[in-house]
Amino acid sequence: MGNPFSPHIAFMIGPVPISMAVVTTWGIIVLLALLCWLSCRKLQINAGRWQSVLEILITGIDDQITQIIDENKVRFFPLIATLFIFICLANLIDIVPGLSSPTAVLETTAALAVITFFSVHYVGIKSKGLLGYLKSFTEPNIILLPFTILSQITRTFSMMVRLFGNMMSGQFLMGIILAFVGLLVPIPLMILHVLISILQAYIFTILATVFIAAAIAEDNKGD
Amino acid sequence: MDLDLISIIVAGFTVSAGAIGPALSEGYAVGKAMDAIARQPEAAGPLARTLFVGLAMIETTAIYCLVIGLLLLYANPFVG
Repeated sequence: MGNPFSPHIAFMIGPVPISMAVVTTWGIIVLLALLCWLSCRKLQINAGRWQSVLEILITGIDDQITQIIDENKVRFFPLIATLFIFICLANLIDIVPGLSSPTAVLETTAALAVITFFSVHYVGIKSKGLLGYLKSFTEPNIILLPFTILSQITRTFSMMVRLFGNMMSGQFLMGIILAFVGLLVPIPLMILHVLISILQAYIFTILATVFIAAAIAEDNKGD
Repeated sequence: MDLDLISIIVAGFTVSAGAIGPALSEGYAVGKAMDAIARQPEAAGPLARTLFVGLAMIETTAIYCLVIGLLLLYANPFVG
């Protein structure tokens, strides 16, 4: 078990070090792109087995979004569905022997949180206008302005640290258990880790959706 | 005492103290949600979503403590 804060460098491109997490992320991106291309090549009205699975996934995410944001869901669906599918796969890739999940490294989760942070503000400015969006920070009272700004930063930070902490602690727990007992005992914990992986992807996505909903809401509630 | 040793002991205390509060409050929140679902099973969907978001918020404090513990162990700025 190495230091969770120092990345494991795979190779260098000129002066730029490329860590293992980045290589795994590239692999996941290629895998998802191939999967999308292969499964969307021949879509039919009478869905086959694989197409039904995909439709259940997509309509499930769509239902979750429409329950939280009820206007113009089409604008947010690509972002939120991509976040969920990517994080889910990135968390679960831990199961494959020899690979470790890129979300167990602080840089990947930081990138995801930064994407969420900027999309929340972009969506807020786009739906209310710059002045209207800035004005929503002063509600309910101008005295609370420092706290609302602080909460914007801390909630992004906590999203990042939550995903990182859960994934990294899962790997650490597995390493510690494996050091004590090797055979069969880690299996229930691995199943628990699978559950936690999917749950954390869900929580990250739902929080991003709730923040976007709060940014476009008229009376700044639901925060 | 050595600074390394103090860091290790304090890391243990940080994680243990950070585990107590969230554990109690998460148990309370889940209990309340169970009550509500038992009373109104048809509202289970929105309740579960709100519960997960709330649990994530509660859990944040525990994870902050975990990160501080790990910083003390692996990235302590005062230990060379």
